[in-house]
Amino acid sequence: MSLLRTENVIMQFGGVVAVNDLNIDIKKGELAALIGPNGAGKTTAFNVITGVYTPTSGKVLFTPTDKNGTTTEIDITGKKPDKITTLGVARTFQNIRLFKELSVLENVQVATHLNTDYSFLSAIMRTPKARKGEAQAKADCEFLLERLGLIDLKNEKASSLPYGQQRHLEIARALATKPQLLLLDEPAAGMNPQETDELTDLIFKLKTDFDLTIFMIEHHMDLVMEISDHIYVLDFGCTIAKGTPDEVQNNPKVIEAYLGVDADVED
Amino acid sequence: MNETQNNLGAYLKLHWKTAVFLVVLLIGIGLADIFVDSYMRRLLNLCAIYVIVSLAMNLVNGFTGQFSLGQAGFMAIGAYTVAIFTVPVESRAAIFYLEPMAPFLANIQLPFVVALILGGLASVVVAFFIGSPCLRLRGDYLAIATLGFSEIIRIIFTNTQSITNGALGIKSIPTISSLWWTYGTALLVIIATILLVYSSYGRAFKAIREDEIAAEAMGVGLFKTKMTSFLIGAFFTGIGGGLFAALLGTVDPKQFYFTLTYNFLLIIVLGGMGSISGTIIASFLVTLGQEALRFLDEPMAFGLDLPIFRPGLRMVVFSFLLMIIVLFYRKGLMGTNELTWDFMAQKFQSIKKKLSRKKTSTEGGGK
Ligand SMILES: Nc1ncnc2c1ncn2[C@@H]1O[C@H](COP(=O)(O)OP(=O)(O)OP(=O)(O)O)[C@@H](O)[C@H]1O
Ligand SMILES: [Mg+2]
Repeated sequence: MSLLRTENVIMQFGGVVAVNDLNIDIKKGELAALIGPNGAGKTTAFNVITGVYTPTSGKVLFTPTDKNGTTTEIDITGKKPDKITTLGVARTFQNIRLFKELSVLENVQVATHLNTDYSFLSAIMRTPKARKGEAQAKADCEFLLERLGLIDLKNEKASSLPYGQQRHLEIARALATKPQLLLLDEPAAGMNPQETDELTDLIFKLKTDFDLTIFMIEHHMDLVMEISDHIYVLDFGCTIAKGTPDEVQNNPKVIEAYLGVDADVED
Repeated sequence: MNETQNNLGAYLKLHWKTAVFLVVLLIGIGLADIFVDSYMRRLLNLCAIYVIVSLAMNLVNGFTGQFSLGQAGFMAIGAYTVAIFTVPVESRAAIFYLEPMAPFLANIQLPFVVALILGGLASVVVAFFIGSPCLRLRGDYLAIATLGFSEIIRIIFTNTQSITNGALGIKSIPTISSLWWTYGTALLVIIATILLVYSSYGRAFKAIREDEIAAEAMGVGLFKTKMTSFLIGAFFTGIGGGLFAALLGTVDPKQFYFTLTYNFLLIIVLGGMGSISGTIIASFLVTLGQEALRFLDEPMAFGLDLPIFRPGLRMVVFSFLLMIIVLFYRKGLMGTNELTWDFMAQKFQSIKKKLSRKKTSTEGGGK
């Protein structure tokens, strides 16, 4: 079953066609990757899916499963980002966007706000419902921090964390929104090979434990080839290849456009 | 029953310093209320009102990161609501002598508390109409719109003769002199702000301040959340304005120039955008400081016929202060920190350490 589909999505900025006729189809439970050289339009594709940009044309369709287990396809094209997140799509940012002045724990807690079922007046009056909600949210967040190895740092300012841990915190924060689809924008950027390996394991484990579907932009080829079920390759906004890692790896267009310049992308 | 007692016991054990502080504070206010003279009483009342309005401003500007400059306007709404609804019916004819009060208002007189809350609610309604277009946009539209609104409100109040008595203003408003009104309200506002800021809603406010795009991506609805903060701020500001009217016993449009807003801006910048305790401290500093510097506004000649001190000089000094803070002391007194017991203990330790280091180094130098 498809969880996320895009139909002929085009995103144009003035004369630049950042994404040109994107058609993706991500099945529930799979791990898909989006690769391509710098400036290929990958982040723009994520921004269109998450509502940061409304596409120039085309559709984005998301099929979440609700509490009763029923699925409905929803047209999320151009919906507000918070609405899309509430429906079950969460993301991390390529250029880390943590709430810098807030603590590690607070960063994750913010992402539980969408599930508050009490008003601000109840929050001020600390009604039993509000207190229960806060306690539950805090426990959930601490559990996530535990999973991402950040629990000992929960009271630190987010901006004081080393780079790699900031990336982990971004993932924890995204998970706190209780997503069905997780979009990771270069989660291993700036990490050394060992950290990258650890992250690969972690992503794989999180995917199973939280019953996630993952769509990931990544430059580390070994990581991508190892864990993806499907790969989409963009170049200058166009999808030049899609398929399993093997299919993509042997596609001459890909070798020409992407793997050929792999050396300078991957240092 | 037993459980709640246990809870209370545990709570007191954890927060006994705060509890003691509160008791001392309440006794202090009580004593001041009995012994203080009328000049000091008015000044202290003004401090409390400034605490209320500045906290409200900091909630919107400091915690939520939305630059609002409508304080004078929202205060005017609260102040005029209290004035219109509490002036005794029998003295209205004498006050509205140019044009009688509009018949639909002329015979309505409400108890002070009711009028006060009504003033807060009226501010909320107006804030909703200003916020609806402005809070959807990114950028500084809110600052411009609220600034304009403040001026417009003042001009409207100057011209609605039969409701606000125009430029003459409304006199003979029953005054409050007890400190308990203002300090009681200020305490409630402080507590409400603390509880709000340390809740899921408060974290959503701060998330918007830190990074709108990330906040939105985490499911925080920008418009709704900003609006919540803006309306709460407007409510408290309206209440502050109502107390202001009842403290002075008279309102007129000239009290609500932009310079009033400027005071609160100075306070939150000085205290620290995003610090509750900083705002409270700065409210007292600025209010008392302005009183202490009042002599600057009094015409005074120095030997020669050179009037250096003249009305407005006080504002110049304060503007200068604001510039210095912004240039050299960007985060204000407290930054986004709070004056908690832990914070004070920490500061105390670091000062002690510094002192002892200085001591050893001077000793070393002496040898
Ligand atoms: N808001 C915008 N306005 C104008 N042009 C934009 C905007 N966002 C992206 N672009 C352009 O769209 C193209 C694709 O950018 P995008 O960030 O999606 O690339 P990317 O594949 O994520 O690259 P990288 O690997 O460097 O992250 C670039 O040419 C970029 O300059
Ligand atoms: Mg990118």
